Order: sequence, then structure tokens, then C-alpha cells
Amino acid sequence: MNKPVWITGVGVTAPTGLSRDEHWKATLEGRSGIAPLTRFDTSGYPSTLAGQITGFDPAAHIPKRLLPQTDISTRLALTAAAEAIENARLRPEDTTDYDMGVVTSNATGGFDFTHREFRKLWHQGPRSVSVYESFAWFYAVNTGQISIRNGMRGPGNALVAEQAGGLDALGHARRTVRKGTPIVVTGGVDSALDPWGYASHISSGRISRTTDPARAYLPFSADAEGHVPGEGGALFLVEAEESARARGVVPLAEIAGYASGFDPEPGSGRPPALRRLIEAAVADAGLRPADVDVVFANAAAVPEDDVAEARAIREVFGPGGVPVTAPKALVGRLGSGGGPLDVATAVSAFGADTIPPTGTDIEVPEEYGIDLVGARPRTARLGTALVLARGIRGFTSALLLRNPPLH
Amino acid sequence: MPKMSLTDLRRILVENAGEVEGTQLDESLLDVGFEEIGYDSLALMESAAAITDEYGVEVPDETLADLRTPRQFLEFVNSAPVVS
Amino acid sequence: MSRRVVITGVGVRAPGGAGRKEFWELLMSGRTATRRISFFDPEPFRSQIAGECDFSSEAEGLTPRQIRRMDRAAQFAVACAAEALADSGLDVEETGRHRVGVSLGSAVAAATSLEREYLVLSDSGRRWEVDTDYLVPHMHGYLAPDVMAAEVAWHAGTEGPTMLVSDGCTSGLDAVAHACDLITEGSADAMIAGASDTPITPIVVASFDAIKATSTRNDTPGQASRPFDATRDGFVLAEGAAVFTLEELGHARRRGAHVYAEITGHATRLNAYHMTGLKTDGREMAEAIRTALDQGRTNPTEVDYVNAHGSGTKQNDRHETAAFKRALGEHARDVPISSIKSMIGHSLGAIGSIELAACALAIDQGGIPPTANLENPDPECDLDYVPRVARDERVETVISVGSGFGGFQTAVLLQAPKGGRS
Repeated sequence: MNKPVWITGVGVTAPTGLSRDEHWKATLEGRSGIAPLTRFDTSGYPSTLAGQITGFDPAAHIPKRLLPQTDISTRLALTAAAEAIENARLRPEDTTDYDMGVVTSNATGGFDFTHREFRKLWHQGPRSVSVYESFAWFYAVNTGQISIRNGMRGPGNALVAEQAGGLDALGHARRTVRKGTPIVVTGGVDSALDPWGYASHISSGRISRTTDPARAYLPFSADAEGHVPGEGGALFLVEAEESARARGVVPLAEIAGYASGFDPEPGSGRPPALRRLIEAAVADAGLRPADVDVVFANAAAVPEDDVAEARAIREVFGPGGVPVTAPKALVGRLGSGGGPLDVATAVSAFGADTIPPTGTDIEVPEEYGIDLVGARPRTARLGTALVLARGIRGFTSALLLRNPPLH
Repeated sequence: MPKMSLTDLRRILVENAGEVEGTQLDESLLDVGFEEIGYDSLALMESAAAITDEYGVEVPDETLADLRTPRQFLEFVNSAPVVS
Repeated sequence: MSRRVVITGVGVRAPGGAGRKEFWELLMSGRTATRRISFFDPEPFRSQIAGECDFSSEAEGLTPRQIRRMDRAAQFAVACAAEALADSGLDVEETGRHRVGVSLGSAVAAATSLEREYLVLSDSGRRWEVDTDYLVPHMHGYLAPDVMAAEVAWHAGTEGPTMLVSDGCTSGLDAVAHACDLITEGSADAMIAGASDTPITPIVVASFDAIKATSTRNDTPGQASRPFDATRDGFVLAEGAAVFTLEELGHARRRGAHVYAEITGHATRLNAYHMTGLKTDGREMAEAIRTALDQGRTNPTEVDYVNAHGSGTKQNDRHETAAFKRALGEHARDVPISSIKSMIGHSLGAIGSIELAACALAIDQGGIPPTANLENPDPECDLDYVPRVARDERVETVISVGSGFGGFQTAVLLQAPKGGRS
């Protein structure tokens, strides 16, 4: 029998705030982090909005020595990791190094950083490329930098599975704890809002061209026409029950269930993975669908995908059978950071007995058959929360969180 | 007239390798090892590349490893021929 | 009863030969396959040599559409997956599409396509705001390189857990280790696991030039990769891929599949020291080796062969030598240890899987590949690094190790199938 694995610390860097609490407050108030992208001149671009983090002063959060060698995504990851560690009252320097692992997800690497180096290479020649390029770009950078910063020498991994990768990191962190490493820092952060990264998002054909920030990302709406790319994410301290007990730390949530899979090749006619993975994650937690109190939807805002997600939820829980929310409508889609940010929001929701809102009134087509929590939060006693993520190309994961009995 | 002063070296290190918190590179650190000050070999490589761009002085790989203190670094740059 | 994981299929694309058979022949011949870079003019670069593959997308049977959309590394991965699946005879539909997943490793993934598209979008680096009129729809799949795993899943028709493991230069070991975890815990009955990297493109060459990590023996490319040799001067960048069919032992036995080897242990440790630097004591790599041996309930003295990381940088070779001594004790002096990077170069995230393929073939075929170019051993690397000539020896228990930027240290333990081969 597997022992419980807890989340004991949460750190957030998101367009809605630079801490777990700031983010939760903005989410409850429906304050959106989506706005015109200001990092470069978007006038030649077919889309112009982003969930951009503003007011982040990296020097206030990470050592200045790390500034020349880090992309913004790594600075955000280090900042969120520091909050999670502090939130969990962990003192890494007093903890056995091999007892602490790091598992992060990252879908786009240090893209802004590497774009600058590509430019130097082709503009000024090979000798102008930075010594930091060899690691500031690659997908494992956040795991490495978090490990170094905190002296964590246990198992380490970096997983890439588009939007689903962030949940896969939490699932793998739970696996790593069960295999014997009591403490794992995990989660995901992404950022690719430089001119090339942003254009690459646009190439997916899924980015909204609306210029009104309030109307650009409307999941489950009949008017849905794509999403807005955002940056940020969340990191966690995930911990074995005995370790949390021994440290006298109150658990915030249990990672009770997890399942991951992949959609069939487009055109195959076979059903998408989501329904069976919802059922698998619920079963993995030893629960039944009726035990699920809220669903944090993937919320693609591409009609075909919204229909598929609504169908999966409806088939498992019954029409309107469970409240569904999509607070990511306030920040955009964050790549590997999306799932973890939803998990962070769910943890706050547990503590507040409140389902956070999608942030805007959305008229959901009747036939979707889902009970979407719209502009206003909803009071509810939450024992569990199911977080869903479907990445572009079919990467799909479901994570079931349980509210600890005492909070 | 030396090409590069300690102030220049400090500026280049901060720009290319970042500032070491709580440390101001001044006369008192002239003979302290870069590692001890808080700059590793990558920091020096990145700074050496910037020095080539700005001062036209090449610091060969083999030499860089031997320039262990700010004084040694400055002496090398200020006595080296300008190549570009 | 714990679930055991075995290798039942192997596919390889490495410099010097396509397919596992040519690959193994190259290794046992001790020939080197590194050469002057031919993919672009290397003249402006410090290091001008690489392990290139003569890879033909058409000859691999890829369709024009696949060739258009897939990055070179993804094409390598699909070609290797096809070889591994055919080798194993696994029928994905019969096993159950949901029960077969994909775990692929890559360090820099779509770098080649990123650079090609960058030059178009930025007008050869002139524009900072790129020209979106020139965007191709596949650009997103180069930005987020998990597409490589998706391509393999589509090719094989699998729907189980699917992801890219991107742990830098240990990706190839860690992706296979991840697949083992998924089979052991019951999330899958079989996995298509391996790694692919095709980093021979100017941005990657320039980034290793900058830290002076790569060899500048530009006049003698075939002798440039010299792990453990006193005259080595860095690693030789390379491309390649290897993919395995992994199965739960009972599943493989029921189908009567040929078993190359069992994966009996694996562990990764971070060194929390430096993004590119290594301490001289080898402590964390030694811990990874010990943990893998413990999982496999194997004594250090039982190890018949160690496949080294052996990149050919001074810091790595000494770090690793210290790690072997720490983990294996006196046996470190007896056990043959070699680096196939001496022959095929260092293909970053892919090499871990390619080296595991060498280990699986060493167990299956019998034989120990040499360390080519090892003429004057570094006195500080004073172990049996199998200089230049392959050995015709049976091996049953093999450790493969990897070490990478970010501080990753991984060890994987492979053993001959118990109870004989079927």
C-alpha cells in the first residue's frame, strides 16, 4: 500500500501575481493578467496579447551572479522554488543532500536567452556567443539551477510534454518520493514571449487574434477562437508523510491520483485519451467520480477541443455533475507552467473553501453539459480537486488532489 | 597609460558575470583569487571575450587559466599587443 | 511480485553505420567515425569536427510530409523506433495501445530546425522582430520539442504515457530509466524508449566553442576523440539515436520474444555544484552507481564491464575515474571500462541510449568495445580503459554511466537475462 505524498509548500510566479497569495487574491477578484505584449514591437504580428509578468525584479529574488547566465524562465523558476521551500519551512542546508530531489517540466527552454544568442551568432559571428548559451537554453536548466542553489543532490529530472508536462512532473515527483527520496521540489515554469518565441506560439494556429484582452481567451464559449500565450507557473515542495510529520509541517494537499496518456494520431477515429485518464486518476486515488468536488479544466478555447473536453467530463460525471472552472482564462496558457499553476490555485481553494472563478461570464453552449464557474467564485467545501491538462499534439494528464483532513 | 583599470575590470565582470553580493572589487582584492572573490572559470571566459571586443586584446585559453587574480589579469591585458 | 523490465528490440542510427548490426561491427572494429563537419562550412568555428551520420530520410521510408514537418532528430527517432519494433516483433494493438508508451530523451532536440527557421524568420539575423509571414506551421513543434515523442507514438500507434525526458547529456539514460519506472509500477506493459539528438548546427557548435569544451584537433578528425588519453583536448560533437523496445518480463516471455538484457537498476543524482563543472571526487556519480547496484542486488565485484561517460574532457575523465574507484572499490582496477565516444563522438542527449545499445549488444553478442585513440593514458586515469582493441569476452553484468550539464549523474545496470535466452 502506498503511503500518502503531500504538497507542503507552494510558490507561484504568474501574470496574476508573484506569490501564491497575490495570485489567489487576483484570481478571486477576477483580475486578469492578460494585456498587450510590451516586451517588443508587436505591430507586424497577427496577435498582440499575452499573459505577461510585469513588475518582476529578478535582482530582488536571485543572486546577481546568476543574472547574466539565466533566461527569464529560470529566474521565475528559482523565485517560485524559493517561495515553495520557505512556505514548507524547509531548511535545505540542514537536510541530507541526497534526501532532496528536483523534478521540473519545461516546454520551451530559455528561449528569450537563446534568441539573443542566435542573433549574436548570425549578426556578429561565432565568437560572440555566450559561454552560458550551452546551458541557459536547454530544458534541464531549471532542475540544475534549483539543485545548485539549494544543495539538493537527490534524483533529478526534466520532463517535456507541452501543457501536460507540468502535471507529469508532479506525478514523477510522487513516484520519486515513493521510491525513497523524502523531499522533491517539482513543478513547471515556461516563458517564450520574445519576438521569435511569440511567433512560434502563433504558428500553432491556436492563438487568438482578438485585441480586446477581456474577449481573447474564452474557454468553453461559443465564441472561443483560441488562447493567449502566457508565462510563469508554479513550483512545489512534495514530501513523504513521515518527513512532513517529522518536520512538524502541515500538509496543504495530497497528490492522491495521477494518470498520463496520449491521444491517438489525428484521423485514426479512435477516441481521445482524456476520459479514460480522468477515470484512471480517480481510481488511482481510490475514489469514485462522485467524490470529485471540482474540475480545473484544460480549457483549450479551441471549439473542437472544448467539445471533446466537455464530453469527457460529462461522460464521467454526468451532465452538470461537477463544478468546472478555468482560472487560466486570467493568465493564458503557460506551457509546462499551466498545470502546476492550476494545482497551486486548487491548494489555495482547499484552504478557502472556495472554487475560484474562470474570471469572466461565459455563455457555455447547452450541449456541452458542464457547470462552468463563471465570473464569480463559488463557496463550496472541497475535499478533492481534479486538474486536467491536454497539450498540443495530444499529451494528456490528470492529477487528483485531496484536501488533507485537517487544514 | 594602461588600457584597462581596475574599475574597467570591475565593470566588465559585473556586466558579463554578474555582481558578487557583498563584494566590491577594489584595491584590497587585487591579489585575491578570482574563485575566492566569487568568479569561476566561465565568468572569466565570458569576461575575456568581452575584453577582446572592447580592447582588442586576445586572452589565449592557456593563459586565461593562469591569470588567477585581478592584478595578474590587468597586467596581462595592459602589456598584451592589440590584435584588432 | 515486482515487475521486471527487459530489452527486446534495439534500433540505432550512429555515425559510421545505420542499424544495430553495422553499429556493433564498427564498435568491435575499433574504427572511428568522426570527421570534418560537412553540413555547413566549419571554418569560422573553433572546433570543426563532428560525428556525422549519413542519414537518408527517403531510404528510411519516411513520407514527404513526415520529412517536411519533422526535425532531423525526430526522423532519427522514428527510424530507430521502427527498427526496434521490428526487431522485437511487438504488436502494439495486441498488447493494447494504452499499455504502450513512449519515453524519449534529447538535450537540444529540434536545434537544427530552429536554426534553419530562425534564419528565414529573422532574415539571417537582421530582424529582432521576426517576419511572421514566413512562419511554418511546424515551428511550434520546434519551440516545444516534445513533438519528437509524439511522432514516435503516431508512428507506432501507441497511446500510453508519452513524454520527452530532457536531462541534458544524461537524457538517453534517464529516458530509458523513466520508461522502466512506468513498466515497473504498472502504468505500461511495454515502452518505446530511447533518445535522439542532431546538434551539428552552428548555434550548438558555437555554444561549445565558447566554453572550449570541444576538441580543436581539426587536422586529424579521426583521432580527435581521445577519452582518458593524456593528449585529449575536449569532446567531439556528434549526432545519433538509439531506441529500444522495453517490456515487462512476463509479457516478453509470453510472446517468446528474444531478450537482449534485463534492466535491473538505475539511479540519477544531482551534484548541486556547477552547471558545467565537476568536482574531482566523483561523489554523486559513485552514489548513482551504488544505488543502481543495490536495486539490482548486485555486488560491485560482479560487474563485468563499465561503459564510461568518457567524453574526453580532462575534468570528466578524472571525475569519472574517481567515481569508479569510490563505487567499485578494488574491483575498479580489474573491470574493463571503455568509452565508445572515442569512435562515434558525443551526441549529447542521445549518447546515453546509444551506449545502452552497446551494452545490450555486448551482453547479447559477447564482446567489449574498446576506447579508440587511447595511446598515452593520463596517469590520473589509471584504470583498465580497454585501449584501442576490442575484447572477445562474455559479459553478463554491465554498468553504463552518464554525466551532464546541470549536474546530472546517472548509472544504469544491465544484466544478461536470467534463466537463459529464449
